[in-house]
Amino acid sequence: MTLMRITSPHAHGPMSTSRVMQNVLLATIPGIIVLTHFFGFGTLVNIFWGSIVAVACEALALTLRRRPLGFYLKDYSALVTAFLLCIALPPYSPWWLIAVGIASAILLAKHLYGGLGYNPFNPAMAGYVILLISFPIQMTAWAPPRGVGELPGLLEALQACFVPSTFDAVTMATPLDLMKQNNSLLLEDLWAQNAQFGRWAGIGWEWANIAFLAGGAWLLYQRIFTWHAPVAMLASLSLMAALFYDGGSSASGGSPLFHLLSGATMFGAFFIVTDPVTSTVSVRGRLIYGALIGALIYIIRVRGNYPDAVAFAVLIMNFAAPFIDHYTQPRTYGHRDTRGEE
Amino acid sequence: MRKIFGFHGGIHPPENKQQSLRTPIADAGIPPQLVIPLSQHIGAPARPVVAVGDSVLKGQMIAGPAGFVSVPMHAPTSGNIVAIEDRLIAHPSGHLARCIVIASDGRDEWIEHSGAADYRDLDKADLINRIRNAGIAGMGGAGFPTAVKLSLKPDTRITTLIINGTECEPYITADDILMRERAQQIIEGTKILSQLIAPEETLIGVEDNKPQGLAALRAAAQGCALEIVEFPTKYPSGGEKQLIEILTGKQVPSGGLPLDIGVICQNVGSTVAVYDAVVHGRPLISRITTVTGEGVAQPQNFEVMIGTPMSYLLEKAGYRPDNNKRLIMGGPMMGFTVPTADVPIVKTTNCLLAPSETELPSPPPAQACIRCGMCALACPASLLPQQMFWFAQGKEFEKLEQHNLFDCIECGACSWVCPSNIPLVQYYRASKAEILQSRHDNEKSGHARVRFEARQERLEREDIEKEAKRAARKKAAEERALAAAQGGGEEDPIQAAIERAKAKKAAQQADAGAGEENEQEKLEKAVTTTRKRLDTASAKLEQARADGSDLVAALQTGVDKTRTKLEAAEKALHDYQQEHA
Ligand code: SF4
Ligand code: SF4
Repeated sequence: MTLMRITSPHAHGPMSTSRVMQNVLLATIPGIIVLTHFFGFGTLVNIFWGSIVAVACEALALTLRRRPLGFYLKDYSALVTAFLLCIALPPYSPWWLIAVGIASAILLAKHLYGGLGYNPFNPAMAGYVILLISFPIQMTAWAPPRGVGELPGLLEALQACFVPSTFDAVTMATPLDLMKQNNSLLLEDLWAQNAQFGRWAGIGWEWANIAFLAGGAWLLYQRIFTWHAPVAMLASLSLMAALFYDGGSSASGGSPLFHLLSGATMFGAFFIVTDPVTSTVSVRGRLIYGALIGALIYIIRVRGNYPDAVAFAVLIMNFAAPFIDHYTQPRTYGHRDTRGEE
Repeated sequence: MRKIFGFHGGIHPPENKQQSLRTPIADAGIPPQLVIPLSQHIGAPARPVVAVGDSVLKGQMIAGPAGFVSVPMHAPTSGNIVAIEDRLIAHPSGHLARCIVIASDGRDEWIEHSGAADYRDLDKADLINRIRNAGIAGMGGAGFPTAVKLSLKPDTRITTLIINGTECEPYITADDILMRERAQQIIEGTKILSQLIAPEETLIGVEDNKPQGLAALRAAAQGCALEIVEFPTKYPSGGEKQLIEILTGKQVPSGGLPLDIGVICQNVGSTVAVYDAVVHGRPLISRITTVTGEGVAQPQNFEVMIGTPMSYLLEKAGYRPDNNKRLIMGGPMMGFTVPTADVPIVKTTNCLLAPSETELPSPPPAQACIRCGMCALACPASLLPQQMFWFAQGKEFEKLEQHNLFDCIECGACSWVCPSNIPLVQYYRASKAEILQSRHDNEKSGHARVRFEARQERLEREDIEKEAKRAARKKAAEERALAAAQGGGEEDPIQAAIERAKAKKAAQQADAGAGEENEQEKLEKAVTTTRKRLDTASAKLEQARADGSDLVAALQTGVDKTRTKLEAAEKALHDYQQEHA
């Protein structure tokens, strides 16, 4: 009998990359439900079509790169990219917009750099920014929430996606747009004059953010990631908002609560900032990384030309992540100094 | 209550200790043949003092220590020496090593031996001698000679003596059962050690997953000046460095020893061996080994003679070969697989793990590293395993060393948590081996690298000097080419510095316009010497290429530089000749 020779360790923990990705997918469900409730079936159709394109692109890239299809498709990373990008896209996006976004994300941002684990930029956010720059009109057309405008039905949602020329989209400025464009009204009056505002932020947006927060908390509980980066991001965003809130004058940038529950804040904090591949690795590094993203989000939201800022802030910090890593290496056991300052 | 310090990282793998704790320690008996490797410890292999055909008694010394860092070997039972030859032993590399083979006679007849009536009357030298003569080497895993560890310089002050009863590896229960059944001996052994090294405090560290062992120790330690410290279970708290941090809050400096911070660690097994040696005069000829895993019908602990073939021991536990594809010496986290079950149990064999395929499945293919950082969170040495993996893949050894590869204790925590199933430790082990090998090669080739770097540096400096003077007079330039050429050579750095000083002086003199007469001669000489150097360097390069040495790149640069230098010297000579034609 010949015995197997392999080196230690011989045991392995319960975690697997596929499981990590599956958990991330599951954790998006509450947010998707809320988005669908408030904005209709648009997001679901986005995800449906986006997932098909994503798996096709992934398969294509793997084939071109001569990688075993089954083994790599099983890591679910393409689906995660599809879900994340499609959640970020406006509901009722046309099929080609979604396809271009997903193809950019998976072919350019991921496989061109060598595939999962080698991509310096978050694929979903890279795809998002490419779309935003190329098709600003389509990318800023957000539907009005339930109660403010008429919600299209499922059939109309499909029509909007696959035969966009026949669909008459109703769009409305998002609360973040209104906040940015406002320069004459006290916040109180801004709230009163626009039906999109809800209790703390925009109708629908506030609950979507809370739902993504819940999904994120569950992932945290599952130890899929650590709390450092998301908490640092939310804290610094709140701090920036608090500094410039000024009680709600016409020059105010909005309250901390408004920023926490607007746009892609919670989605970004728990599903984008926590993307392991493109963020920093050490604990200190993650605190810095998250905090800088939070600050950037505020600055771009209030001063920038685009409505939401999560994608830009994340991409900028993706770029900076290796440098942060370099300067935040932990102190090894038995060493007096941290490394990275050689 | 004593303050318990934590350590970074760590994991909680399933313990799987209950299986082998259901029955008390069993006697494995006398196998027909015992194979005793001469090297079961760190240090020089022991030297046989018996010959084939000799008959030996139980406890008789059969091999003596070969030097200070070495331990003797003793016959575990009475019988005849039937061979002294190379045999397969349990070693990660699966290699052959010299062994003494004893055919047992079944009488198990002891040689005359006696312990100290009262060890408190013995002085340090006497105690150490007894420990040395008993052939005790660290039984927790590494196998460092215990007597060497305990031989302190007279002025060494030990603050803490730590007896390690942690046994954090899953499956292994050898120390646990020892604490349950032989607590008194552990305590007595601890007292002996304590008397020997006179520490300020003596601690026995035990994880809180061994309540019975703890209770037994506490009962046995009543009224003794030692403290039994219980701390939360976490792998690898039994690692010497981690245990020291848990109990003292101090870290062993990188590359240093616990001794550097006034700490000495001993494993409970070794402590009992010390007790046996001092109190009963019994050498280390048997140990407690856990035999466990679904590949055996009755997992349990055995008192087994050193040299017993693993196959014999497995049979005792009801081996089910069809249920076992890999045999591990040690635990699932740090143990290594043995090539066959015919290798002998040695002084460091704390566990024989025969898992079934469902119990410890073969590793699935690795997926991409998603940089999730779980490995870094788990690493007890606070390393960045994912970065080291990256560098190990690219064979960037310098970066690996900068990331403190050599502080990795190979505990396997990173691999255990890695969701992508990357065999990280395997990469680190291979990289360490490669780095050590190349260090060794460098030393062998006569510190070639050091010499080379010194030379390289000098050549560069000369280039800079040259650059600075380029604007100077043409004649001076010619002189400098000459001087630089003279400054070369394969000598050592000090010699090089002297040469450099000489060259500089020569250049200065040349600048001042001195030594014009034999200008032509000097330039000619420069050309010849440089050409010679080029030849030597090229030859070396060829040699290095043939050997596949990693100095090829460095040598190549050297050759190129020398060639440039030769061209410069030739040009200088040519120019001079033109001018003075
Ligand atoms: S645990 Fe594995 S996948 Fe995660 S960062 Fe470490 S090596 Fe990469
Ligand atoms: S094996 Fe090395 S790198 Fe991995 S966790 Fe243990 S000490 Fe850290």
